Amino acid sequence: MEDMIVSTLERAMVAGTPLLLATTGEVVCERSGILNLGVEGVMAMGAVVAFIVTMTTGNPWLGVLCAVGVGMAISILHAFTAISLQANQVVSGLALTMLGLGISGMMGKPYVGKPLLVKMEDLTLPFLSDIPYLGKILFAQSPFFYLAILLALAAWFLLEKTRLGIQIRSTGENPKATETQGIPVARIKYLCVLIGGGFSALAGAHLSISYSKSWIEGMTAGRGWIAIALTIFALWNPGRAIGAAFLFGFVFVVQYLLQPLGISPNFLSMLPYVATLIILLFISFKDPRRLNAPAMLGEPYKRGER
Amino acid sequence: MIQFSVTDRYDISAGRSFMTNLLSLVAGLFMIGLVFLFLGVNPFYALFKIFSGSFGSFYGFKETLTKAIPLILIGSGLTLAFRAKFWNIGAEGQLLMGAIFASWTSLFLGDHLPSYIMVPLMFLAGFTGGALWGIIPAILKIRFSINEVISTLMLNYICADFLTMLIVGPWKGSTRFGFPGTDNFPDSAILGLIPGSRIHYATFILSILCAVILCIVIYKTRFGYEARVVGENPDAGRYAGIDFLKTTLILMIISGGLAGLAGVGEVAGIHHYLGYPAAVSSGYGFTAIIVAWLAKLNPLLTLVSGIFFAGILVGGDAVQISLGLPAATVGIVNGILLICLIMGDYFLKNKITLTIAKP
Repeated sequence: MEDMIVSTLERAMVAGTPLLLATTGEVVCERSGILNLGVEGVMAMGAVVAFIVTMTTGNPWLGVLCAVGVGMAISILHAFTAISLQANQVVSGLALTMLGLGISGMMGKPYVGKPLLVKMEDLTLPFLSDIPYLGKILFAQSPFFYLAILLALAAWFLLEKTRLGIQIRSTGENPKATETQGIPVARIKYLCVLIGGGFSALAGAHLSISYSKSWIEGMTAGRGWIAIALTIFALWNPGRAIGAAFLFGFVFVVQYLLQPLGISPNFLSMLPYVATLIILLFISFKDPRRLNAPAMLGEPYKRGER
Repeated sequence: MIQFSVTDRYDISAGRSFMTNLLSLVAGLFMIGLVFLFLGVNPFYALFKIFSGSFGSFYGFKETLTKAIPLILIGSGLTLAFRAKFWNIGAEGQLLMGAIFASWTSLFLGDHLPSYIMVPLMFLAGFTGGALWGIIPAILKIRFSINEVISTLMLNYICADFLTMLIVGPWKGSTRFGFPGTDNFPDSAILGLIPGSRIHYATFILSILCAVILCIVIYKTRFGYEARVVGENPDAGRYAGIDFLKTTLILMIISGGLAGLAGVGEVAGIHHYLGYPAAVSSGYGFTAIIVAWLAKLNPLLTLVSGIFFAGILVGGDAVQISLGLPAATVGIVNGILLICLIMGDYFLKNKITLTIAKP
């Protein structure tokens, strides 16, 4: 029983890692006022690029690097249409998702079902991993896990404690006033969309070279969309995103726990999606003023307009 | 020195709108060509194959019209939802729910009822299924301010899992040799085809009717006006006393219901049984988003844009077979065309003047 609890929690951490990465990225992006619905597509791109590069070079870190680079590069499309062309951000983000899923499916076709021989090795921290129970759950994980938590904390620090963070937040709240302060609003928004894209791709890389060590089309399975919901659940705070993501990691794992009880696996695979709706419902009972949503989220900003 | 100046354009004529869309599509096709080139495929050959496969032969064109049916049904419903800025991304799930309701009707009542009762009943059931699945995000948005993009997407996944659960479990057919899927529908529940094609005419006629009726609804009725106000100026709408819940509910009943009808057409007109979600719909719910956008949210124009994108689906199948490209090619084509269309909108809404000043 103890073993089962420890291994469940351990796997919840693994399943929560890509959600945390993607959510952190989306928080940074949305704080600058840009809604990016391209997460799912960029995540798929990250997954396929990391897989292909790792397989051909044998170096998983190079795979991660390339994935992040490609994720940022493809996100420029959304940044350009949403920021420079003031296009509808919902439609532009959807287009990015379609494109990302399409390109990843095409690039990954020859790699479907091939096992990855070199994978990202787990990083067992000395001493800490010897702590009973907790050591195994928290300190014997893949490097992505530590990276995800460190990056979430770093994003929190960036947004809440630095000058650039204030600029990002005020861009999302009131771009007009921010611009009059001489802050380059468009450049900040571009930066945030690129950061978000890099994070989404990193999440995808975790899926393909550490979590499942293989590539199949559609392997992101809606995690990008769940990350967008978690952004709301985390009240646009990367610190809260940590808890939210691992809670959802647990929801993903719980389906495998319940399967032996004879419940239909297809019924159980609905769980994460139903849980997403439930947490959004839960959040909606909060006072909207305390939700912390960026005031100009999703609103196109045209320079020099009234 | 070359200087750009950007000013708002207030006089958007139909001709300019058409030309902008056309140029955006051409630019999109050019970019798609570059992607093909990058993949080592001759772009001219691939693009030629796509359009000759769908519009170049009588057989191809019949297939194109077959696939245009769900795209027009869903796309015209989406124009209404998008006008009210209700981003219904859940047409795929609404289509599947329509297919599930229609399958239930045909499998459990079909043996006892004649075709002239069965077919209308199936359409009614499909519409109800899609509408019910569409009402959920509407209530979630208006009553609980839950973002509809996320809720409709989650409902897509939930519906796909639900459908799979049915066909591997209680609805699994005894004639499928252990494979997932229901038994074939009884003859009374199978839609008639135009001879020599796979065009199920009942749904075909329905799709044209819906596009025309919705056009009247949007431009000529009080409800259509209210839906547009909700989208364009919600503050004014609230001030004028428009009931947001009622308006959103009605438009999602229509939008979801039409997607449900598309689901009926797919299972009762093409497959004749309920199979895996990916087999029931080849992403029609998502492609229809671009159909609606290309039609500039005018339901009548979805007749044109629906046939155009159906052509891309059919041509996409053709290049997959002849050039060995994966199924995901269609996703790339759709994504690029959608991005080009929204980029084109910029040039429609803004006037860009180029002045070359001599030093």
